[in-house]
Amino acid sequence: MNAPAGKPLVDLLRQARVVAALREFMPAASVLFEAEDTRPYECDGLSAYRQVPMVVALPSTEAEVARILATCHALDVPVVPRGAGTGLSGGALPMGDGVLLSLAKFNRILSVDTAARTARVEPGVRNLAISEAVAHLGLYYAPDPSSQIACSIGGNVAENSGGVHCLKYGLTVNNVLRVRGYTIEGEAVEFGSEAPDAPGYDLLAAVVGSEGMLAVTVEVTVRLVPRPERAQVILASFDSVEKAGDAVAAVIGAGIIPAGLEMMDKAATAAVEQFVRAGYDLDAAAILLCESDGTPEEVEEEIGRMKAVLGRSGATRLAVSQSEAERLNAWAGRKAAFPAVGRISPDYYCMDGTIPRKALSTILAFIAQMEAKYGLRCPNVFHAGDGNLHPLILFDANDPDQLHRTEEFANEVLLKCIELGGTVTGEHGVGIEKINQMCVQFAPAELALFRALKAAFDPKGLLNPQKNIPTLHRCAEFGRMHVRGGELPHPELPRF
Amino acid sequence: MTWAGLVDAVKSAGAHGRALRVRGGGSKDFYGQALEGDVLDTRAVRGIVAHEPTELVLTARGGTPLAEVEDVLARAGQMLPFEPPHFGPGATIGGAVAAGLAGPRRAATNGYTGAIRDFVLGVTLLDGRGEVLRFGGRVMKNVAGYDVSRLIAGSMGTLGVILEVSLKVLPRPPAACTLRLALPDPARAIEQLNAWGGMPLPLTASAYRDGDLALRLEGAESAVKAACRRIGGERVDDAAAAAFWTGMREQTDPFFSLPGALWRVAVPSTAVPLGLPGAQLVEWGGALRWLKGDADAALVRREALRAGGHATLFRGGDKAVGVFTALDPVKARIHARLKAAFDPARVFNRGRMYAEL
Repeated sequence: MNAPAGKPLVDLLRQARVVAALREFMPAASVLFEAEDTRPYECDGLSAYRQVPMVVALPSTEAEVARILATCHALDVPVVPRGAGTGLSGGALPMGDGVLLSLAKFNRILSVDTAARTARVEPGVRNLAISEAVAHLGLYYAPDPSSQIACSIGGNVAENSGGVHCLKYGLTVNNVLRVRGYTIEGEAVEFGSEAPDAPGYDLLAAVVGSEGMLAVTVEVTVRLVPRPERAQVILASFDSVEKAGDAVAAVIGAGIIPAGLEMMDKAATAAVEQFVRAGYDLDAAAILLCESDGTPEEVEEEIGRMKAVLGRSGATRLAVSQSEAERLNAWAGRKAAFPAVGRISPDYYCMDGTIPRKALSTILAFIAQMEAKYGLRCPNVFHAGDGNLHPLILFDANDPDQLHRTEEFANEVLLKCIELGGTVTGEHGVGIEKINQMCVQFAPAELALFRALKAAFDPKGLLNPQKNIPTLHRCAEFGRMHVRGGELPHPELPRF
Repeated sequence: MTWAGLVDAVKSAGAHGRALRVRGGGSKDFYGQALEGDVLDTRAVRGIVAHEPTELVLTARGGTPLAEVEDVLARAGQMLPFEPPHFGPGATIGGAVAAGLAGPRRAATNGYTGAIRDFVLGVTLLDGRGEVLRFGGRVMKNVAGYDVSRLIAGSMGTLGVILEVSLKVLPRPPAACTLRLALPDPARAIEQLNAWGGMPLPLTASAYRDGDLALRLEGAESAVKAACRRIGGERVDDAAAAAFWTGMREQTDPFFSLPGALWRVAVPSTAVPLGLPGAQLVEWGGALRWLKGDADAALVRREALRAGGHATLFRGGDKAVGVFTALDPVKARIHARLKAAFDPARVFNRGRMYAEL
C-alpha cells in the first residue's frame, strides 16, 4: 500500500557497471539484470509493494558474498539481502538502483552436534528442515513461525521470528547462539558464540531482528531442544471473546506456561474449517488452543490443571487431543489460518500488533468498530499467550477504494496498539510496511539513535536502506508524530 | 539523586568532559576494569512501576533493590528466571541488568531460559547527552526498531543509565528436588551432563567439583519425581539444597574462598575438562568453568579459545591483563561506534569494560 511507483527507467549505465564488476568474479548465470530474470524478485510476501531490482546477485560461496558486498560498497550501490522471500512486511523489497542479494543457494545444514544440541546451518535452510533433520536424535528447533515449511533461517534471524510455541520456548533471539556473516564492507564478522555470553556488547541481540540492515548472514548456529515425550492440546470454546481473553489471563495467573496458547474468533474458525477439517467448534464466539508438553506425567498433571482453569473461566466445551494425529490436526487449522482466509477473500491484509494481554477485549472491540466504520470484515487469529494479534482485513485489491479503506483500517488498529502500550509489530517486522507508524511509536531522539546504531555497522547506509527506521523527514510527511507529555517534537519542521 | 537530578548531572558531566561512574548498591564494584569518575548514584530512582502477574511482566526503576523485586515476585509465586547474583545486600535491578550476570538457572533445559538479555523486554535509558530514551516495551513480542533493550544488558553501564527496565518473569516451579551423585571422572561428568541436557528432563541447575555432582530438578511434581527416579543419586534435604544453590549464585560456597584469582571461563557445554592449574567448578551443564588459582592469564585465555570459548578475570588477579577477552578489530570498531552513538563524550563508566569505551 502506498506502493512506491518505482523508477520507470533503470539507470542503464549504472546497471552495466555493476553487472560488469560482479561478473568479474561470478558466473554470468549468477548475476541477473534482464527484466524477465529480475521480475520474480520484485516483492516478498507483502506483494502490495513491488520494485524490480536493478541487479540480482545469486552467490554460491562466501567469498562471492564478501566480494559482492565490497564491490557494492566501493560503488555506493545499496544491497538488499533476501532469504526465502516469505516476509510479510516488505523487508526484502528490492531497490531500483540496487543489488538484490539472494542467499537461496546457501541451503545446506553444515553440521549437527548431538551432544551439544546445536546445529550449524546456512541461511537459506528452511526453518522446518532443521527440525526434520534432527528428529531422529529426539531434538528439534523450537521457533515455529506459521510459514515454517517455506521460510528460511536467515530470514528468521533478520525478523526475530516467533511462532505458536514462543511463550514457552522463546523467539529466534532466544534460540540462536551465533551468527556468522559479512559487513557491508565485505569483512567477516561473528556475533554471539557457542559458549555463553560472548565478550563485549551483545551484538547478536542487535543483529537478530535487524531486518538485514546490519550485516549479511552466511551461517547460523541454532540451539536444539529435546523433543518433549508427549504433547496434548485442549480445544476450549467460549461464548464471548472477552471470556476467552479472561481465560488466557487465568491460565497464566495459575502459574502455567502453556507450550502454545492461541485464540481464534468465530470468523477465523469458520474460514479455517472450510479449508482444513480441524474439528473446531463453529458455534463458539472464540476458541482457545492450549497445549501442554513434557514428560507423560507432567502433561497429564498440567492438562488437568488447564482444564480446571478453563472450565472455571466459562469454557462451554473442552476437548483434549487423544492422539498425535488429533493434536497436529488442531494445529494444522491454526497454521493454515492465513491461506484459509485467502480462499474466502480476493485479498487479505495481515496486521501484527502486540498489546498487553489485559487490553485484549479493548482491542477486539475496537477492531469490531473499525469493521463497521470501513465496511470490511476482519477475522482474528491471535498468539494469545504473548499478546500478539493477527487481525486479517479482507478486501479486494482491484477496488481502489477498498484498498484505501484497508490501509486506513490497519493504520487505526496499529495506532491503537501503541496507545494501549503495545507495539506495531510483534514478529513480522517493520520493513517498508509499518515505517510510518514507527514515527508514532518512537520519539525523534530514539529514531536518531536507531540510525546511529545502523551507522555503527554500516556507515554509508547501503545495507537494506529505507526499511525499519524512518527518517525525520518521512515522519514529518506522515503527519502523525510521537507525542510525549503533550509536546510536539521539532516544532520548527514544516508539516504537510 | 532524582530522575531529573540524574539528567542534569549527565548533561553537566558531558559539557565539562567529566567521567561518571554509574553505581547502584556498589555490590559489583569489583567487576570489570578500573572505576573512573565521580559516582552517579542511581538508588533514589527506585520502585516497582508495574507488576501484573497475569502479564508475566515486571517494570521497575533502575535503582530498585534486587531483593525488593524478588520479594514482590515471590509473593505472586513468580521469579526472575535468570536467578541473578546479588553479590551484596545493596544490589539493584539496574545494576543486575548492566552487569548481565545470571545464576545457576542460566542453563535450565525445560522451556526457554537463559541470560538476563533473554528476559529484557524494554528499557528507559538516560544516554550520554542527557536524553531519556525508551526502547522495547512491556509486551512479550516486539520487533519494532533494533533491539536496544537487549543490547543494554551486560553493557556494564557504558551506554547509559538504566532508569527503568521491563522484564519477562516466570512462575516459580511447583516442585523442586536436588540430587547428589558421585562421578569421579570429570570428562565422564561433562558427557553425562550433556546427555541429560538432550533428554526431556526438568534440569534447572548443575554444579560439579572434585567428583561430586549436584543437580537441581524443578517443575511439575510428577515430572520432578519421575526425573529423580531416572537419574538416581541421593536426594539432598530441601533447606540444605537451597543454601547450596545460593552459595553457588552468591559465590559464598567454600570453592570461591580458595586462594588465587577467580576466572570465569565460558565454553561450549561439551568442551573437555580444561587443562589448567588450579581448582575448577563446572556449572551450566558444562558451559561455565570457574577456575580458582594463579594460572597464567595468557594460558587461561589460550585454553579458553582452544575450547571455543572465552575467559573473564572475574575477581582478584592483575587486571592489567584485561578483565574481558579482547575483541577482534571489526567488532572493536563496531563497539567504538556504538559507544559514540550512545555516549559521544564518554561520560559513562569510562574504561570499565574495554579501555577504548
